[in-house]
Amino acid sequence: MPAANIEFSSELNSFIEEWGKKPGGLIMMLHRIQGEFGYIPREAAEKLSLMVGLPLAKIYGVVTFYHFFKTSKPGKHRIAICLGTACYLKGAQDLVDESRSILGIAGEDVTDDGLFSIDEVRCLGCCGLAPVLQVGDEVYGKVTKEQLPDIIAKYRNL
Amino acid sequence: MAKKNFMLVCGGTGCESSKSDEIYRTLIKEAELQGVKDDVQVVKTGCFGFCEKGPIVKVLPSESFYVEVKPEDAKEIIAEQVIKGREVKRLLYKKSQQTADNIKVQDIEFYQKQFRIVLRNCGVINPENIEEYIARDGYVALEKALFEMSPQQIIDVMKASGLRGRGGAGFPTGVKWETAAKVNSEVKYVVCNADEGDPGAYMDRSTIEGDPHSVLEAMIIAGKAIGAHNGYIYIRAEYPLAIDRLKVAIAQAKERGLMGVDILGSGFDFDVEIRLGAGAFVCGEETALLQSIEGNRGMPIPKPPFPAIKGLWGKPTIINNVETLANIPVILTKGAEWFAAIGTDKSKGTKVFALTGKINNSGLIEVPMGTTLREIIFDIGGGIKGGKKFKGVQTGGPSGGIIVEKDLDTPISYESLIALGSMMGSGGMIVMDEDDCVVDVSKFYMAFCVDESCGKCAPCRIGTNQMHALLDKISKGNGVEADLDSLERIGKAMTKASLCMLGGSAANPTLATIRHFRDEYMEHIVDHKCRAGKCKSLVVYEIIPAKCIGCGLCARKCPVPCITGEKKQPHVIDTARCIKCGECFKACKFGAVTKR
Repeated sequence: MPAANIEFSSELNSFIEEWGKKPGGLIMMLHRIQGEFGYIPREAAEKLSLMVGLPLAKIYGVVTFYHFFKTSKPGKHRIAICLGTACYLKGAQDLVDESRSILGIAGEDVTDDGLFSIDEVRCLGCCGLAPVLQVGDEVYGKVTKEQLPDIIAKYRNL
Repeated sequence: MAKKNFMLVCGGTGCESSKSDEIYRTLIKEAELQGVKDDVQVVKTGCFGFCEKGPIVKVLPSESFYVEVKPEDAKEIIAEQVIKGREVKRLLYKKSQQTADNIKVQDIEFYQKQFRIVLRNCGVINPENIEEYIARDGYVALEKALFEMSPQQIIDVMKASGLRGRGGAGFPTGVKWETAAKVNSEVKYVVCNADEGDPGAYMDRSTIEGDPHSVLEAMIIAGKAIGAHNGYIYIRAEYPLAIDRLKVAIAQAKERGLMGVDILGSGFDFDVEIRLGAGAFVCGEETALLQSIEGNRGMPIPKPPFPAIKGLWGKPTIINNVETLANIPVILTKGAEWFAAIGTDKSKGTKVFALTGKINNSGLIEVPMGTTLREIIFDIGGGIKGGKKFKGVQTGGPSGGIIVEKDLDTPISYESLIALGSMMGSGGMIVMDEDDCVVDVSKFYMAFCVDESCGKCAPCRIGTNQMHALLDKISKGNGVEADLDSLERIGKAMTKASLCMLGGSAANPTLATIRHFRDEYMEHIVDHKCRAGKCKSLVVYEIIPAKCIGCGLCARKCPVPCITGEKKQPHVIDTARCIKCGECFKACKFGAVTKR
């Protein structure tokens, strides 16, 4: 197996060391791996499998069950558009469609330059600000379609 | 030296995303710059609830309630409030644009009908400081439970209080505890369900962000009552702020001997560990949640045996929702009778709702059970945005149903909402107006359930897909009347035969809308018309030649473009190529573009 092709940071290694022994620690370890790589690379899953002695099938079973875990690399700037009910009622779907059309991507694709990807997310929990989108850690509230080109442009040149 | 002014800055997620943290830091900086840092204490609190008007800053003792504050306002607030001792009038909450008189917090209609038990400390204390929680009777209930009460006495109080699960199902908390307490087992677990997956609901997140210790205290009390020494908090990974505050709270509680080994010298041990969810709505279902804590795919398992008998790793486990837990310290301190006096006959205490959608005062509210929906929407919520017509209110999210105008005077209780074809749910309350289409909303909720169905049982896996396909067909104008019967038939089958409540309630939004708005469904089917204009396939944009002056604005706005016409001559939309984005409709200043 090509598991040796991926390097884990020492913090990640010690985290796996600790949590690998705890019952039911798999999801916590996957969170940590995604925190380090932005997604769960296949090599990382294979390495984890060897480190903690869990079958790869079991790990993949869990990874693919939960929406939070990604198996492909997201864009440098992840645009998370809230599709919770409050945001949906206030036109969030239009924001999704418009952002995709501006960036020329579909679904969870990444733009060719690797800069952007769009995630439809369930409720960011700022329903008072609906519709809401988040780029990285920055939250934008009461967003209109007209603001999208400017928001995206801001990150293009970062 | 006594502090003259206390400035409470909302640090809930909503306000944080509109820069409340910067406001907090700027207030402190300005106080220093203006040389009055000893005369003011700036505190970052949990959610005030009035999210619509955020970010919010409240100043004590003057009770000044500032809304929609910006970081650049900090300088003026410090200069006026602290140095000159007067309010910054322009930032004060005003009832309406017309009234010049500013009003005090207690007079704000948003707060008047509220009664706060769960949210008692939210917007009042600094959630990252255990001293402030203790100063407001925090951990008094724990002391009482550890030194003055037997496990059975604690359970008796819980039963007498009438507290029922706030996660949605409404199972009596005391009965759940008693079941687990009676099982003879060395190892038992207390689990806090903070996997708040209902889109449009954020009660639990705000409670943890604003008052994390109330949840921890309750978990330890529960541990004593059932004989458990370990607790897990299962919380959404999407709530980073709440997770951080919990970590801080756990560390502080341990440092003060309120958690860990030999709590307060009582000989009782209890430890809490945080486990992160990973974005699966079904994990709100308790057996699925336990599977997830065990590191598995979050798929529910048949009950019985109930988790209280055989739960986490096969051991007796009680699972309580955040809001349920936050009630418990108060019940023990003030007594079961006090609590049981609030609310209705069978639903005691209060309920927290996240009031959102097409409403003026969107936010987090807590009202006594038995309050009517009309009071919530029109008194607290301030009515519908933009003077539009009320259409319905969805409670219980994707598991609930729509409640319409004629039922708005129903006092809220677990039973009354079920009788209306909805349910209490965890507390999402989403208001819809005439611009919302019931077919579109039902399709939205069903798409959610298709996505979130774990796929283990056939009624849910297949049923949600089939219902979604039918709703999609209707929304595109291809439905037939028999589709409505099919929807009802599949829905009933799912309700009866699904393994867990996800499938068991997934049909509710659709069934409720068919019941109340059959005519609107028929319009989609027979007339191929969507009166709200939300089902894009059914909308046709046209230009009325008599009203069009030929300014060309619509043609310039059209992204296709499919609008043509000579200058100063009526324009025409090529409906075959129109993508129905509605830009022309919005752009026209003369009402010449129609939508039908």
